[in-house]
Amino acid sequence: MSGPSTYQPTNRALQWLEKRLPISGLIHSSFIAYPTPRNLNYWWTFGGILSMMLGIQIITGIVLAMHYTPHVDLAFKSVEIIMRDVNYGWLLRYLHANGAAMFFFAVYVHIFRGMYYGSYKEPREVLWILGVIIYLLMMATGFMGYVLVWGQMSFWAATVITNLFSAIPGVGDTIVTWLWGGFAVGNPTLNRFYSLHYLLPFAIAGVVVLHVWALHVAGQNNPTGIEPKSDKDTVPFTPYATIKDGFLMVCFCLVYAWFVFYIPNYLGHPDNYIPANPAVTPAEIVPEWYYLPFYAILRSIPNKLVGVIALFSSIGILAFLPWLDTSKVRSARYRPLYRQFFWLFVVACIGLGWLGSKPPEGIYVILARVFTFYYFAYFLIVLPLLGLFEKTKPLPNSISDSVLQAKA
Amino acid sequence: MTTVSSADHTRRDFLYIATGAVGAVGTAAVLVPLISQMNPDASTIAAGAPVEIDLAPIAEGQIIKVFWRSKPVYIFHRTKKDIEEAQNVNVGSLPDPEPDSERVKPGHDQWLVLIGICTHLGCIPLAHQGDYDGWFCPCHGSQYDTAGRIRKGPAPKNLPLPPYAFVSDTKIKIG
Amino acid sequence: MNIRRALFAIAVAGLATTAPAFAQIEQVTPPRQKWAFSGPFGKFDQAQLQRGFKIYKEVCANCHSIEMLTFRNLSEPGGPTFNEAQVEAVAAEYKIRDLDDLGNSIERAGRPADHFPPPFANEAMAKAANGGTAPPDMSTLAKARGYQRGFPWFLFDIVTQYQEQGPDYIAAMINGYKAPPKGFNLPPSGSYNEYFPGHNIGMPQPLQAGQVAYDDGTPTTVEQYGRDVAAFLMWAAEPHLVQRKRIGFQVMIFLIVLSGLLYFTKKKVWSAVH
Repeated sequence: MSGPSTYQPTNRALQWLEKRLPISGLIHSSFIAYPTPRNLNYWWTFGGILSMMLGIQIITGIVLAMHYTPHVDLAFKSVEIIMRDVNYGWLLRYLHANGAAMFFFAVYVHIFRGMYYGSYKEPREVLWILGVIIYLLMMATGFMGYVLVWGQMSFWAATVITNLFSAIPGVGDTIVTWLWGGFAVGNPTLNRFYSLHYLLPFAIAGVVVLHVWALHVAGQNNPTGIEPKSDKDTVPFTPYATIKDGFLMVCFCLVYAWFVFYIPNYLGHPDNYIPANPAVTPAEIVPEWYYLPFYAILRSIPNKLVGVIALFSSIGILAFLPWLDTSKVRSARYRPLYRQFFWLFVVACIGLGWLGSKPPEGIYVILARVFTFYYFAYFLIVLPLLGLFEKTKPLPNSISDSVLQAKA
Repeated sequence: MTTVSSADHTRRDFLYIATGAVGAVGTAAVLVPLISQMNPDASTIAAGAPVEIDLAPIAEGQIIKVFWRSKPVYIFHRTKKDIEEAQNVNVGSLPDPEPDSERVKPGHDQWLVLIGICTHLGCIPLAHQGDYDGWFCPCHGSQYDTAGRIRKGPAPKNLPLPPYAFVSDTKIKIG
Repeated sequence: MNIRRALFAIAVAGLATTAPAFAQIEQVTPPRQKWAFSGPFGKFDQAQLQRGFKIYKEVCANCHSIEMLTFRNLSEPGGPTFNEAQVEAVAAEYKIRDLDDLGNSIERAGRPADHFPPPFANEAMAKAANGGTAPPDMSTLAKARGYQRGFPWFLFDIVTQYQEQGPDYIAAMINGYKAPPKGFNLPPSGSYNEYFPGHNIGMPQPLQAGQVAYDDGTPTTVEQYGRDVAAFLMWAAEPHLVQRKRIGFQVMIFLIVLSGLLYFTKKKVWSAVH
């Protein structure tokens, strides 16, 4: 997007519109003629998949909101009415609940792709930070959405997470009371979570627009990490990237449909089919799988305040990644040592996730501490030092050269 | 770029058309649950199920009000005088011409069953009021007779009849 | 090499963190039953659901409400599919609290649109009549119970579509009452159950052999009761299960076809560049 487009649509009506609001030109330059590196692999399709999932969540969410009642006495019942009486209500509910899980799965693939190929490096720092903001908004939205069901897990997760803020010295308790709107999680809490859960996805959509804009300024990264040098290195977005994105979107939907239609409650917790009971705490309180790594980090630190700080900084530290990684080489393809540490990082994240689902006793605590240490060490020690000492492999001359080399 | 033979062209075009068609079918199928969910759900339809009313407790001259599908339904046990008034009218002079016989079930002249929603702007007319011994709507002054037909006032049509049937001489089923 | 490692890591990441976790209260794994409704083409066994309903009506309903279930659900497709007359007869057996035209509280005969009335007027009464704990409502009970499967079974479950933890647990629990082993400290108000987490269950054994008569010749053993009532409760929790799996099959076929077409289209489009 550099200056007014010279694109002229062929249709008369569109030409009329183009003079007044150049939207056809914008679409053309951003999604049709837009030069895309020709060597993108399938890991690059997850941006499109994420946009699709955001759309699906918003649409299913809006129709579910037509039938949901945000009152403590009626919420759980209204969800059951959706499941039983509303036409295709069961489908809309399962699409929305499993859609959230698929949304997070895609976002983790997208983030790990970015970390592996150095997509966060100069000049894409703002793009990356906007992504971190989107991720934070997603976590808030997902958390509040889960509370709306008002099952046992909903209520107690709300209690645990809002109680985290009481760790803040001095103003902590005031903040928690303010969040609750009462002396405990209750009806005011449910109502405000409903309002915000409806609002935040549109905030996400807005930040996504900024995210795509920032992307188009710098252009896509690619598996080699070197910028396109000529027309030979790129292809127009449509039809090449469009069709590749479309294919993987449908494959993604196959996995999504498998969960929705055959194992819709696999990713959920049975306790959330018990109506919320403020007098009875479930045997264990576990968040949905996509929050488990951070749950493990929180619990691995014995001090309440430091644990909360660790929790928020484990996400916040992502924003500093462009500056923590000192290497001049972008892509892990040419950084053999970095690659090892990266995969260890992935193992640490998976390990933390698994440990988040275990009770905090014995060997689990020790492992969680080890993985938490590695998580922070990766960002604060490994990446800054690696850039200074790593011997990288020689980079190809250009993207098209690397494609031809791969063929040879 | 290799030259493409016309056989390749048609094969490629067929693939594109097939993909596009299947994609379009999928998009249409996705719309079905999204649109269908706004239709009345099963519990609403069940609540709107037919309701049986026992007529025995309704005295002559009495009008009772029941609800069916959230709408008020008046049941009028008409006296001989009411029936005569309804029948001895020049049907052609009515704003919405309809003979009394078409507004009752054959053999049950004394029972008038109608939906109590004024056909002007939807208020509920008051029973046993007005100049015609029928209903009077307080909102804008429409007046209905002993057969529920509009006589005076801004309402364009007679009070509508719900679907109903006599299960026995003393019981009707509305809906 | 990288791709394969990446795929493996992502797959394990996605799957390993999804294992539902339960407290380390001791729970014996219930035996796996064969259910008519399991698997991609599963359907409820109509006769089994009718038997299970009979058990609920005659035994469970004395203490457990099932408030999300209505009488008309009994005639809907994919369930016990009683006919309209049977549903009206069942409904009419129940007394429903309602108001008369003057606003007085009355009891009237049930109609198909009514919900199953609860055995106790409110939760406090339910608690008082049952030693301090209200018996849980049964509307979603089959989905609110389960057990941990452990690694690697919870990964296989994704492929085998094992979603019947709840019914397996219920069937086992019904049949799991036995004398407590030596040294087990059982409080006077509890009963020993093999499969209940912690073994101390508040509900005394609800079903004895022969307690509920079956008119289709099925043996009236406690094991059979356990299976039948578990199947009924699964239907009560998930009445659209059959429709869900049927539509699921159509959607999967459609998506497989579409992905195949898109794959070849992609190859064709990209052949211009390669």
